Amino acid sequence: MLLKIIVLIGALALIGIILWWFFGKFEQAAGKAKVVDGKQEGRVVVKGGYNPQVMVFKQGQPAEVVFDMQDSTACLSHVVFEKLGVDKDLAKDPHARVKIPTDQAGEFDYACGMNMFHGKVIVK
Amino acid sequence: MQLSSIKRFWISLVLSLPMLVDMIAMPFGFMLPNSRLIALAATTLVMLIAAGPYVKSAWAAFLKHQANMNTLVAVGTSVTYLYSLFAFFTGRDVYFESAAFVLVFVLLGDAMEEKMHANASNALAKLLDLQAKEAEVWRDGRFVKLPVSEVKIGDVIRVKPGEKVPVDGEIVEGSSTLDEAMVTGESLPVVKKAGDSVIGATVNGKGSFQFKATKVGQDTMLAQIAETVKKAQTSHAPIQKLTDRIAGIFVPAVLVLAILTFAIWYVFFNASLVQAMLYAVSVIVIACPCALGLATPTALMVGTGRAAKMGVLIKNGEVLEKVAALQTVAFDKTGTITVGKPEVTDLIGDSAALQTAASLESASEHPLAQAIVNQAAQAGLALEKVTDFEAIEGRGVKGQLAGKEALVGSAELTGADATWREKAAALQKQAKTVVFVALDGQVIGLVAIQDQPKASSKAAIQLLKKRGMRTVMLTGDNENVAQAIAKQVGIDQVIAGVLPNEKADHVKALMQKEKVAFVGDGINDAPALSVADVGIAMGSGTDIAKEAGGIVLVTSDLLGVVRALDIARKTFQRIKLNLFWALIYNMVGIPIAAGLFSGLGLTLSPELAGLAMAFSSVSVVSSSLLLNKAKIAGAEKQRPA
Repeated sequence: MLLKIIVLIGALALIGIILWWFFGKFEQAAGKAKVVDGKQEGRVVVKGGYNPQVMVFKQGQPAEVVFDMQDSTACLSHVVFEKLGVDKDLAKDPHARVKIPTDQAGEFDYACGMNMFHGKVIVK
Repeated sequence: MQLSSIKRFWISLVLSLPMLVDMIAMPFGFMLPNSRLIALAATTLVMLIAAGPYVKSAWAAFLKHQANMNTLVAVGTSVTYLYSLFAFFTGRDVYFESAAFVLVFVLLGDAMEEKMHANASNALAKLLDLQAKEAEVWRDGRFVKLPVSEVKIGDVIRVKPGEKVPVDGEIVEGSSTLDEAMVTGESLPVVKKAGDSVIGATVNGKGSFQFKATKVGQDTMLAQIAETVKKAQTSHAPIQKLTDRIAGIFVPAVLVLAILTFAIWYVFFNASLVQAMLYAVSVIVIACPCALGLATPTALMVGTGRAAKMGVLIKNGEVLEKVAALQTVAFDKTGTITVGKPEVTDLIGDSAALQTAASLESASEHPLAQAIVNQAAQAGLALEKVTDFEAIEGRGVKGQLAGKEALVGSAELTGADATWREKAAALQKQAKTVVFVALDGQVIGLVAIQDQPKASSKAAIQLLKKRGMRTVMLTGDNENVAQAIAKQVGIDQVIAGVLPNEKADHVKALMQKEKVAFVGDGINDAPALSVADVGIAMGSGTDIAKEAGGIVLVTSDLLGVVRALDIARKTFQRIKLNLFWALIYNMVGIPIAAGLFSGLGLTLSPELAGLAMAFSSVSVVSSSLLLNKAKIAGAEKQRPA
């Protein structure tokens, strides 16, 4: 009986932790791009998601996001920029580059092929 | 070491074989010696090889407060494995095979899905493959073979029999028949001569010709088609918003459900700790957010790719949804339902009437004027000199011809009497536009001009009606002519006498009551195309990207409209079916896995749950691929892919 009560309390506590951990408000780190030869280059590591999730570029300077694929599951194999019409297969090209137009300020959302993982590029 | 899913699958399968043999042989009272030890060793290896990547990915995601498919696989298999490890050393029953088999099935699903995903998205690659690699270009006084990328605008290029046309251009010398099926979907070869335009990637027949390049690189029709398809394939359909919302909470929700399953079975139904754990693991393993996530993009990919092959370019996923709700198709008349090249069909009065009309019209810019001038030229009539030429807006033209006043135009302008008017009305009822010719105050003849409906118009409109569409025609022509054309092709409603700038307003008026598609020329009808629920632009040139409308037809064949509606509807239906299946699968699968129906003897072991999970996402992708086989009007004419 005691064991059952402990299990029940433990289960409820675990549920609470899960809800807090996944639905609570947490800060998102924004990444900055490096400038190489007058070109902005932002590196995004793909491992269980996109790191950093938000990449900021300056307006008016050519920019590229370089994906660094470190995840070997099917989930993250594609990266899709809807607005740019880009769909890269990271399983085939683990260091895929995506050119970001910087002539206008704006945001470009991207996601994995199944739209489960999301990342964002901001031009400002 | 990076192993592909398929390799990891084979290795895991081989490692799991002894456990499989054991499982099958067990009911016969036979057991492999040291089976517990073998299971421990094999599963540990499988965990390292197969579960490792999932655990790593899931952990990285977890640190960022995210959860996904990998989380479920990692948690499900780790729990089973760790418990079995504990059981092994404390002499309890072990469940190593559950963890190993789940991983084998998940990997199989991953590998199959990867392969099919590649299949679904290869329409684009096939399209780009159509491009010729080399061109024979005139440089420094002779033809030289150059890579297509070096061809510049204005280059003269030679195309021999059977060769591919390398870029877009205009024939300057020679003639041939060309197979344009790969770009326009039109199966019959098209005859081309000097002055005609040719499209890159089409195949030359028996003749040979030289042409001047007008579009190269990213501006060619093929490049633009590929670009449009690419954009469409990565676009989102509004229906996806639902799945995106579900996907956001799906995995944590499943984890919570699994814990509840465990606690409820153990605490309230007196299940053993092991049994409660197996139910919880089944819940985690069977839940499949992948199927939901794959439902829309894969169908969109296959649907838009197939459409492009038939000369139908769908710009995005939103258009698909709107097509599904359409009730009415409104057409522009000239150039859409009709050929757009008016010809003189009847002449009442003598050749002097035609000569007078042609002389006067030669100074006019009206499209009908060209028809009259052409007819006179064919009849070998010389044109006379016109002075004091004047165009009377909307009514006709006026001028002095050898000292006499000549008028060409409407009955009112020429002051025609009842006899002439009756004759004119008879012609108008045959869908002919009639102009009156008067010289020196007397009507001397009538010229009837007709813009023939396209060969495909009638069939296309019938097919649209069969699909429950109401058809409307908008035209600037007079009521009689418009009605006659409408009758010929079977249009339901005619709106005649519409000025070009009023088309968009009429479309808006129709939209008050129903969902309307407007079919017209991509450049001139742009305003009407953009206000309509769905704008369908008829191929008017090679500037696809610039054309207004959500759907662009590469050919001017009206059957393209039927095909566009068919493929858009089928694709959208497929998306809905996929989503329905993915939702139902989870809604039915999770309760079964949780043991809700164990009273009826219906339960799922973790292995079976893994198998079901793998096949749910594979079945969604296969369902999308089946779109390639869906029946589409006129598709039988299509070149096999």
